[in-house]
Amino acid sequence: MTEPAALKLKDMLKKPEILTSGHRMCAGCAAPTIVKLMGMALRGPTIVCEVTGCLEVATTIYPYTAWKLPWIHVAFENAAAVASGVIEAVDVMREKGRWSKEHVDVIAIGGDGGTFDIGFGAISGMLERGHDIVYMCYDNGAYQNTGIQRSGGTFPGQETTTSWAGKVSPGKEQRKKPLAEIVAAHRTPYVATVNPYHHRDFITKFRKALEVEGPAFIHAFSPCPRGWRSQTGKSMELAKLAMEVGLHPLYEIFNGTEYKMSGPSRRLKELRPLDDYWKTQGQFKHLFKPEWADFKKSLQEQVNDDWEILKKKCGIE
Amino acid sequence: MPERIMFTMGDIASAEGALSAGCKYFGGYPITPATEIAEWMALRMPEVGGSFVQYEDEIASITSVIGASWTGVKSMTATSGPGVSLMLEAIGLAVMTETPLVLVNIMRGGPSTGQPTRGQQGDVMQAKWGSHGDYQIIALTPASVQEMFDQTVQAFNLSERYRVPVFVLADETVGHMRERLVIPDEKDLKIEYRKLATGDPADFLPFKPDDDLIPPMALLGSKYQFYATGLTHDYRGYPTDKEDVQLELVARLNNKILHNADKIIDLERFMLDDAEIAVVAYGTPSRSARKAIKEAREAGIKAGMLRLKTVWPFPEDALADLASEVKHIIVAEQNFGQVYYMVKAAAAPTPIHLMAKPAGMPQLPHEILDKIREIDSL
Repeated sequence: MTEPAALKLKDMLKKPEILTSGHRMCAGCAAPTIVKLMGMALRGPTIVCEVTGCLEVATTIYPYTAWKLPWIHVAFENAAAVASGVIEAVDVMREKGRWSKEHVDVIAIGGDGGTFDIGFGAISGMLERGHDIVYMCYDNGAYQNTGIQRSGGTFPGQETTTSWAGKVSPGKEQRKKPLAEIVAAHRTPYVATVNPYHHRDFITKFRKALEVEGPAFIHAFSPCPRGWRSQTGKSMELAKLAMEVGLHPLYEIFNGTEYKMSGPSRRLKELRPLDDYWKTQGQFKHLFKPEWADFKKSLQEQVNDDWEILKKKCGIE
Repeated sequence: MPERIMFTMGDIASAEGALSAGCKYFGGYPITPATEIAEWMALRMPEVGGSFVQYEDEIASITSVIGASWTGVKSMTATSGPGVSLMLEAIGLAVMTETPLVLVNIMRGGPSTGQPTRGQQGDVMQAKWGSHGDYQIIALTPASVQEMFDQTVQAFNLSERYRVPVFVLADETVGHMRERLVIPDEKDLKIEYRKLATGDPADFLPFKPDDDLIPPMALLGSKYQFYATGLTHDYRGYPTDKEDVQLELVARLNNKILHNADKIIDLERFMLDDAEIAVVAYGTPSRSARKAIKEAREAGIKAGMLRLKTVWPFPEDALADLASEVKHIIVAEQNFGQVYYMVKAAAAPTPIHLMAKPAGMPQLPHEILDKIREIDSL
């Protein structure tokens, strides 16, 4: 028996929370909301494997854990491999008649550092092996847990403590890794980008990720007031804004080839200018200095190009 | 640059020491409690015309350092326990290819993720034995912000001189404490650089040692054609499975350090001359021991300290001498006993007492004083 996903508000309120209040995430952090939305999509017994990161540290400080699911913390680079081990063992036990539950979902969670960078090899291995795991990356754009260092998920123009902005540097200069597409290139059955503002879209996609056979990947955008120097009350707005400016468009990729733009992104007449997004955060403050006008322009062009390419892939003219 | 004075933390002092030593390349990855070194290097490297690069993990960080060092640039990385664990294969590669590099390990609580923001000294044996095979490395153990600077300079000098990876093994307390730091005028610093290959490229043998057991180094991009490999190699650098080559190479990699141990080892003798009870300590516990010993002296107990500023190569001769001078030795370290076993092997049959504490708070002065009193009453 699988439980339905809670898509309507009244069902969401009835669904038991998988993360209790009292966890120690920072004020305004979107990650706990992302986890709660994930909980709305669950269909039954679930095991969570999580890499080192903000969410791991702050939700499980001794002697408490905020998780109401079986949960294992692993090293920084290997949630996908640990999850593979879990699912293999469950399969073996089921074959031997030692697993009473009809069904179990295995979810691996990592931040952008643990996913884009150090854990990338393990994820690629999991995808190649075809293990039936949902990997979710909550992407807050830097190594926020160790004090805001740049990652492969950091946007160009973003200032971090290892991509300083100053007289000669506009912050990070490299592009963000196109992770969802890299994952999809493994011919992964299901890949989706989500944000916590568009919660129904989030829950629907997460449920699809669970139901699809084989690996699935959810790329969740997760505002971080502490690292971004943004207002703690604005995180959900920023999640929406990132979609509207085209930095985190919402889409799905089926079997690595079939792209589908999701409603909120599809309904945009045009992208809002990146300035609207940058001006909300201290980490982009330097971009408004006259010396970075050209750099800013090049970033806007980059995002415009990416958006047009994505639209084409999704069959939108 | 003239003398400068800073009030800063050990991590930053170590980064400044590296810059003063001429380090121009830092390859790193964030990890508590060593991240400040990377952050500081990200700011400072561009100012001195060097390069800071953040990699996707620690394996990439240290192997990039190996690559950079082979071009002739003094190179380093900094990390902590879990990061060192990932770097261990590359430590062996650096030993085998005789690559000068410096690895600063700001030791945190372990095993595994342990206590990232708490200090410990649990990585002493890992530094020596972590990679597979028989080899020697050098490991220095600073106990103050000034020593984080001084010993990072020294680490570069030793790694250049002996073509070997050198660890700066500092516990988190030393890494994060803030103290006065005097950065000497660059004229007053002794800076060494590796011995480079000379002579006709046609006759050049990249791994043929001189009498000091150290082969002159050819650099990538120089006129010398060579081959560097982690496989057992002959003087030409070519891989071989011959037993005699393996025996000679491994013996030399060990002996180039062991035969020079007296030149490498740095110790401080504190109130030891007439001591009957000696405390052996390094890093933060040695600061507690210093206070405890002063108080013990005031109470009429003849106590002293042998402070290890080098743990590898291990100062076994100094410990054997110490054992003949004193009646009891106390080893105080922030682990379950690692240097303790080395002291035991070197200083038997003098009684050795372990004060082990594998946790964030080091042995406090009064705890060491209590131990000294207890031993004194035996």
